[in-house]
Amino acid sequence: MDQVQSNLAQSNPTPSNLTSPVLASPARVKEALAGQDYLADDRIAQVVFLAAQLSKPVLVEGPAGVGKTELAKALAAITDRRLIRLQCYEGLDEAKALYEWNYKKQLLRIQADSDKEWNQLEEDIFAEEFLLARPLLEAIRSPEPVVLLIDEVDRVEIETEALLLEILSDFQVSIPELGTVVASTTPFVVLTSNNTRELSEALKRRCLFLHIAYPDTEREKEILLHRVPGLPEHMAIQIARVVRSIRGMDLKKAPSVSESIDWARTLLALSIEHIDERVVGETLHVLLKYQTDIDKAAKELGGVTTIE
Amino acid sequence: MITLLTDFIGELRAAGIPVSMVEAIDAMEAVKLVDLGDRSALKAALGATLVKNARHYQAFDVAFEVFFAHHRNIDRGEEGSSGSAGREGGQSNGQSGSQSEIDDLVEALFRAIMGGDTGALEAAARRAVEELAGIEPGRPVGGTYYLYRTLRRLDLDALQERLLEAALAGIDEDDALDTRLAREEVDAQIARLRQEIQDEIRRRLVADRGRQSVARTLRQPLVEDLDLMHATRTDLTDIEDVIEPLTRKLAARLARRRRLLRSGRLDFRKTVRRSLATGGVPMDPAFRKGRPHRPEVFLLCDISGSMATFARFTLQFTYAMATQFSKLRSFVFIDTVDEVTRYFGPGVDFNEALGRIATEAEAVWLDGHSDYGNSLARFEERYGSEITPRTTLIVTGDARNNYRPPRAELLDHVAQKARAVYWLNPEPRSYWDSGDSVMGRYSPFCDGTYEVRTLRQLEHFVEHLAVPGHLSGRRQRTTQLLSPDSR
Repeated sequence: MDQVQSNLAQSNPTPSNLTSPVLASPARVKEALAGQDYLADDRIAQVVFLAAQLSKPVLVEGPAGVGKTELAKALAAITDRRLIRLQCYEGLDEAKALYEWNYKKQLLRIQADSDKEWNQLEEDIFAEEFLLARPLLEAIRSPEPVVLLIDEVDRVEIETEALLLEILSDFQVSIPELGTVVASTTPFVVLTSNNTRELSEALKRRCLFLHIAYPDTEREKEILLHRVPGLPEHMAIQIARVVRSIRGMDLKKAPSVSESIDWARTLLALSIEHIDERVVGETLHVLLKYQTDIDKAAKELGGVTTIE
Repeated sequence: MITLLTDFIGELRAAGIPVSMVEAIDAMEAVKLVDLGDRSALKAALGATLVKNARHYQAFDVAFEVFFAHHRNIDRGEEGSSGSAGREGGQSNGQSGSQSEIDDLVEALFRAIMGGDTGALEAAARRAVEELAGIEPGRPVGGTYYLYRTLRRLDLDALQERLLEAALAGIDEDDALDTRLAREEVDAQIARLRQEIQDEIRRRLVADRGRQSVARTLRQPLVEDLDLMHATRTDLTDIEDVIEPLTRKLAARLARRRRLLRSGRLDFRKTVRRSLATGGVPMDPAFRKGRPHRPEVFLLCDISGSMATFARFTLQFTYAMATQFSKLRSFVFIDTVDEVTRYFGPGVDFNEALGRIATEAEAVWLDGHSDYGNSLARFEERYGSEITPRTTLIVTGDARNNYRPPRAELLDHVAQKARAVYWLNPEPRSYWDSGDSVMGRYSPFCDGTYEVRTLRQLEHFVEHLAVPGHLSGRRQRTTQLLSPDSR
């Protein structure tokens, strides 16, 4: 195995700074993430490990609130890197994502040097000092390695996705006036998507794909115990089971992991020792955010369905 | 290993999962980094590099089980002897499981599940297959046959009852919540056992017949390739998840952006930025882009008997579209037409809306057999005046008119007024105009006719939707000849 890895390092000319000891094996990734209160399952740890070894971006997909963004934050924490975040939204453009020329400063410069030759001036004003780095360029230019989080990439229009492609495959940005900026250190790139639309093939091809679904009851219990100190184990089990039951219903918005954590905190704060219908009925609004969902869940959990 | 991987990738492609060359190379690189003895690590590595769509995981899982089952069999062989419930090497002939042996087996399963012992459960499942499935080498039957056989002889229902009883023992009968939770826990365990048995059968079939042939028999169409005319209820739920992203895309396609440069307000920041090229003199003003145009969509759905399953799907599509378009109006027809927009208001449950449409909408006028001619006449009479050059009309139906007059000139009238008319037909193109289908009479008046029997084809329609500009003068009506099948 050692030999394989050294071969790989040779064949890969991009500067690799992903050799952080915590990324050396899936088990260590998992352990380190757990140290940041992020309980990864084996698959998550494995994909993170591979992404680090292959210097590839990870596209994390899954329903809202399963910890996609959290994963990126935890990764930044364990590798001791700065987290640069690009929040995507409809209408995001080059000037907000990549870079922009600082025209005010450029104007001042023109006025200050009005007696200079034009050719010389032109060279001056399109220099790096007039460049405003937006998240993507900032991640590339950063002298120390960073974690770049491109959040909710499914929100940008399909045309804007193209902006990301150069960065994702070659870790570089081309600026017409200046040339190509190549990353001095390889950023660890994490993209998240809620899958509200299909991402382009070109984008997906460049990434490792990681789908995070709702955890099973066992893992959810572990997460609850980890994130809610003082929660008794039998409560955690019961909460996980109730949440699974609710997720099985046909609802507008199923409860996310963060919502079940909130619910556990609520129950703990109310010092409830046993969950029954009354408790569920009274605290359901923590888990569910639509009135129609709350009504439906309350009805189904509330014993209207009898056992045959 | 490389041959195995190449075969595996070939199988994924055959199952409809698009795997590009780059991804295949990534997979090879990734495999080098994992411990090949660790099956789940291998699976994670291959999954992350080869499958880029959560919908494809199921097909990937099946293929993986078939191709990489071998390792596990060896692992399990050692494990089995130490496993508490695994009594290897007894009866290998499956036909002769006597009742007492089955009872013994069920008891082992029961204990394994109650104890939460995964290893014991696996071993017991393996024993169950060995003794009960009666797999006959070389016999060309599918895995489901053996699964059914094993489960029937095992009497899972009784086991489930027993588990439930045990689970409910400590619970107050009136506590409906606890009872529900206990039931679900048991259901989940039984589902796991079934899965375990199914996997085991699959492994044995692979050993018997070889990978490729088993993979071929297990191959199932991906969600996007399911025939919507014959979709089952579970299929429809899968489809539901896919529809929403698709309607969003459709919305984006239909929202024609205003291309004219000078239509928005002056963008001061950009203007100054541009002026730098001319030494600070703003010679080339920049303008903000206008907001995307909100398109108006009229959806006309055939909900007659021949279209039953498809109608459910189109209404689902309508329902999803209603969240995307502020100006969506939907109509259903059989032999007359009625507007159903009001049933799809915000916050309405889809099944509820469906129920109300079935009972309240007046789509039947005479006898409940499709009559496109009359439906079009009523549609034009009642809503014709509301169609404007901004309206896109989408008709879904098989154009089977029961030999009644098609009255295609009415569609022409409507099309003259509308921005565009598209027709989605769930029948294969080769069936069009056969029997009582009058598709050919309508197609000259449509901007596009599409065969839409699968989600993939619907996606194709959305992708290739070229919205004609309303300034382009004479409309060009062409039948879309390009369909995914002919490519």
